[in-house]
Amino acid sequence: MLKYAHIFHVGLQNALAYRANFFFRAVFGLLPLTATLALWQAIFRSNPDRETVAGYTLGEMMAYYLLMTVVDALTAVTEDDWQIAADIREGRLSPLLLKPLDYLAYRLSLFAAGRVVYAAAALLPVGLFVLLHHQHGPGLPADPLQLLAFGLALLLTALLQFLISFTTALLAFWLLEISTWVFILFAFEYLAGGHLFPLDILPAGVQAVLQFTPFPYQLFFPVGVGLGRIEGPALVQGLTLQLFWVGVFYGLARWVWARGLRHYTAAGG
Amino acid sequence: MSPSPAPSRGEGSRLVRLARCLTAGTRHVRHLAAVYAVLCRNSLVREMSFKTNFLLWIVVELLWFVLQLAFVAVIYQHTDRIATWSRWEVVLLIGTSQFIQQVFTALFLTNCVQLSEHVRTGRLDFFLLLPVNPRFLLSVRQVDLGAFVNAAAALGVMGYAAAQLGLRPAGTTLPGFALLCGVGVLVHYTLMFMLATVSFWTVQAQGLVWGYYNLFNVARVPADAFRPGLFKAVFTWVVPMLLVANVPVQLLADRLASPLDMLLLLGLALGVFAVSGWVWRLSVRHYTSASS
Repeated sequence: MLKYAHIFHVGLQNALAYRANFFFRAVFGLLPLTATLALWQAIFRSNPDRETVAGYTLGEMMAYYLLMTVVDALTAVTEDDWQIAADIREGRLSPLLLKPLDYLAYRLSLFAAGRVVYAAAALLPVGLFVLLHHQHGPGLPADPLQLLAFGLALLLTALLQFLISFTTALLAFWLLEISTWVFILFAFEYLAGGHLFPLDILPAGVQAVLQFTPFPYQLFFPVGVGLGRIEGPALVQGLTLQLFWVGVFYGLARWVWARGLRHYTAAGG
Repeated sequence: MSPSPAPSRGEGSRLVRLARCLTAGTRHVRHLAAVYAVLCRNSLVREMSFKTNFLLWIVVELLWFVLQLAFVAVIYQHTDRIATWSRWEVVLLIGTSQFIQQVFTALFLTNCVQLSEHVRTGRLDFFLLLPVNPRFLLSVRQVDLGAFVNAAAALGVMGYAAAQLGLRPAGTTLPGFALLCGVGVLVHYTLMFMLATVSFWTVQAQGLVWGYYNLFNVARVPADAFRPGLFKAVFTWVVPMLLVANVPVQLLADRLASPLDMLLLLGLALGVFAVSGWVWRLSVRHYTSASS
């Protein structure tokens, strides 16, 4: 355990070298967010006689996007998948395999370190942005149990995001170029995860199908919990399913890793 | 002997000089065209050596385009208007924005992204030494042919949306629309190239370059959706993202508030282009040729 704490520490220092990069990433990310918020405000202005559109008031809709941005900053994978693929492709995996390290745990430690630094770098721009929109600010749940559930959902989301990206990146054992696959997966996550809009404004049939995929548990679910829109039995069921998906992708990651290692040629190493 | 031949000789030499300039000019353009033809052939060969990857990138871009359209479809389940824009007007806007973006991607994007890499590795030396205008060569070296396929898909969506709107563009509207789209491509190229030249000062320009993708998202929103304020002012007057696709679509859909908007887009495009030339010259002077 101590050695992974050490790796976390090294990861922090490495990630700190990219703090300016992270900062700009967070700042530029606010541009499309501003555009989306303006779009929704315009929609509400176009329907002055309606209190809610698609089951959301304007305030709730704004709060959804704001909290979504915060959750995304805390849990999204940014560079890790490219780094894993590069480790495999360029044979940098070989020295790691010789050490008494578990590669998944090693990568998870680096992911955690990267998230801490990213969150710190994004704190100023994202925090300012949320403050500017404070009239719609996502007030965190007052109920301590709901807050605890939100924290748990956040943690499971981060794990799920990491494991899905880790498994995808392992395709590099078989393919020279994985970026296309990463972007295809990202497109599905973007839509079906709730990045583009809250999933409960979709037609009921589509929502029912999405229920059976891991995507809603990557973003929509924790945001819903944080906003207090998901509570009670739905919350318990959601957390269980989230845990289930984490387990599935952990198993899948282990399985693909074992298969991939047999395929590994240590190119360039 | 009258002194009359003197001025005529002066005039003649001026004419000769003009003619020489013109031939030099056409020769210059012909030279650049020949260089460009070779570059296109090289790009084709390069793309065809990774055929699956080539096709997959087209799929990726198509998927993201479909995603934007799905967003519109879902939103219009819940409202009839976004700030006076109807469903098919917004589809036309997203299609046009995608078209401009894909043509820009085909011609310039890869090259702009690679610029910071050339600076970092010091390979820029070779470009500066070649007997071709270095900015030209750096800007157009690689053609992304897959993006033309996606531009065609966007064109199809635009055509469908225009048919749904029952648009019957007048004689000069279509050429004007095409011209404004070209201006849009120029704006994207100029801004991106300028961002990439920032890499002369900071090596980590990839973050900035990545950031440009976010600007595309701003370009696809109806400008009327934004209330007057800092954001709208900046993205109209400084970084004209809210004009790039909005103005041509408004011309085509006959909802242009005033023809001055077209002049504004053209003027800003030329202005940004001039600034980028200045930034480029300044950057090259700053270049220290790393690792050589």
